[in-house]
Amino acid sequence: MEKPGEHTKTVFGPRFTSSISKEEFVTLILEKAHTQKQKSQSKACWLKVIPKVRNTKSTQSKTGHKGKIMKIKSVPVKSSEITPKETYLSRRDFLKQMGIVTAGAALLAACGAPADDMPASPVDPNLPTAEAAPAPPDELTDHEAVINYNNYYEFTTDKERVATLAEDFISSPWTVEVSGMVNNPKTYGVEDLLANFTQEERIYRMRCVEAWSMVIPWNGFTLASLLKEVEPTSDAKYVRFETLADPDQMPGLKNGLYPWPYQEGLRLDEAYNDLTLLATGLYGEALPGQNGAPIRLVVPWKYGFKSIKSIVKIELTDEQPATMWETIAPNEYGFYANVNPGVDHPRWSQASERRIGELKRRPTLMFNGYAEEVAHLYEGMDLTKSY
Amino acid sequence: MKRKKWNFTPLQIAAHLGSLIPLAFILWDIATGNFGVDPIRDFTLRTGKTALVLLLLSLACTPVNTLFKFKQVLKLRRPLGLYSFFYASIHFAIFIGVDYYFDFTLIQSALLEKRYAIVGLTTGLILLALAVTSTIGWQRRLKKNWKKLHKLTYLAGILAVVHYIWLVKQGVLDPWYFAAILLLLLTLRIPAIRKAITTKRART
Repeated sequence: MEKPGEHTKTVFGPRFTSSISKEEFVTLILEKAHTQKQKSQSKACWLKVIPKVRNTKSTQSKTGHKGKIMKIKSVPVKSSEITPKETYLSRRDFLKQMGIVTAGAALLAACGAPADDMPASPVDPNLPTAEAAPAPPDELTDHEAVINYNNYYEFTTDKERVATLAEDFISSPWTVEVSGMVNNPKTYGVEDLLANFTQEERIYRMRCVEAWSMVIPWNGFTLASLLKEVEPTSDAKYVRFETLADPDQMPGLKNGLYPWPYQEGLRLDEAYNDLTLLATGLYGEALPGQNGAPIRLVVPWKYGFKSIKSIVKIELTDEQPATMWETIAPNEYGFYANVNPGVDHPRWSQASERRIGELKRRPTLMFNGYAEEVAHLYEGMDLTKSY
Repeated sequence: MKRKKWNFTPLQIAAHLGSLIPLAFILWDIATGNFGVDPIRDFTLRTGKTALVLLLLSLACTPVNTLFKFKQVLKLRRPLGLYSFFYASIHFAIFIGVDYYFDFTLIQSALLEKRYAIVGLTTGLILLALAVTSTIGWQRRLKKNWKKLHKLTYLAGILAVVHYIWLVKQGVLDPWYFAAILLLLLTLRIPAIRKAITTKRART
């Protein structure tokens, strides 16, 4: 199992840096493809971004998925499986224009090949059996859907009205206060964060606890890179996040049933995981208000509500932070909130999900398909209790 | 009660047309491709809400008559109830056939293990029983029991609201508005209150 952060430079680094020119980018891709091929043994690359779970043949139990042992492997994402929409000129479109799709495919294949030989994840009785069929391919969710279907209760509980209400949301100037158990507490302006940290693009699945999901290309930087700069003290064990609560801009705050401001938290090792992103944009543009402008967390292996929006405070602490949903309904929403098809929400099933833009439901993947990257964080934990 | 020739009051015509309007909108939106980001959820919610509204309207007829001595509305109970059943059926069909795509393993775990779904299914079965026995023939056959049976409408109303409440996340208020209306309607049926209203109206 890789340590968090180990492949940041080699995998995400240059290829995902938006500051380089397209020519440089293509050169890098080709170089990478070449070296990967030669090595024939490499770390996963794209599959790190959208890994998938394939399990050994298994008969499905009647009651669902509990109690079965799953072998988790990542499979490479085929080039045909990442199909951005026309509205979005992506790397891939660019590659197509350059006529080097084959090279790209070779790269992906080269990256993915060794995955089959990788040992299965630690056998954990908490891990449920995934569906017998391999997961269908992932496609980017339509941009319009991403920016018009939002859970952001500070505005409204009506998903399709958030975009309208957040239209004039003021996200500049904006500061993020990083405090608590750190050696270098600092209040950052968003522009500092954009300038000082390497901005990358990450394509992640987003799985809502309400059993729908999307695939979103985020822009941002790792939380780990920010943490390295502020240096958490040895006492720090958790990171607490807080959303803006401005009644002038957020009409939903009138709903007194919620303990505003919205709060979320991560264990420090989760925060340091390379997948954990502080997103500042999506689809190559600045985050719209409804998606959590100007800066939000993205934790792709956890249910969407963990990915707190419009962050104003980040605090390092030695106590497990009280998160909003856990405060309201501790029996329904836990602190960890890892995507887990085997642990149902008490009121609805989490075994399947509807990918926005698709008709047929998909099986939900353990850790939302990121088991290889994060399963080790929860070794020895009873995930039915620490849900 | 003898069946008369076709003789609809304007109120009845309005009730029929009004009950069909949501369906017309749904069909129009399907035909023109005018759906939201998650159309399945959209249509499931719309048909479910319409069924609930019509069920509450059906339950509102008797209190309206109690309050305003407006006998005509009593004739609307049956059509409103039947339309409610109609929308509930579409709601259920979408759930089984479109949302879960006849995947019975998933349906089984979603429908029989989750309390919101069990309650929803129960509501549907009650409405089915009421719809089947809504004819004059059944009314005659069941005699006194018919009235007893059809008191299950109250239960269906309560269960439908509970179904909705259990479906949404905490703090989402929509179902609670329906709960408040239902509570008001049920309060007006409490015999003592009903009697008080009638005597007061008789005096004035």
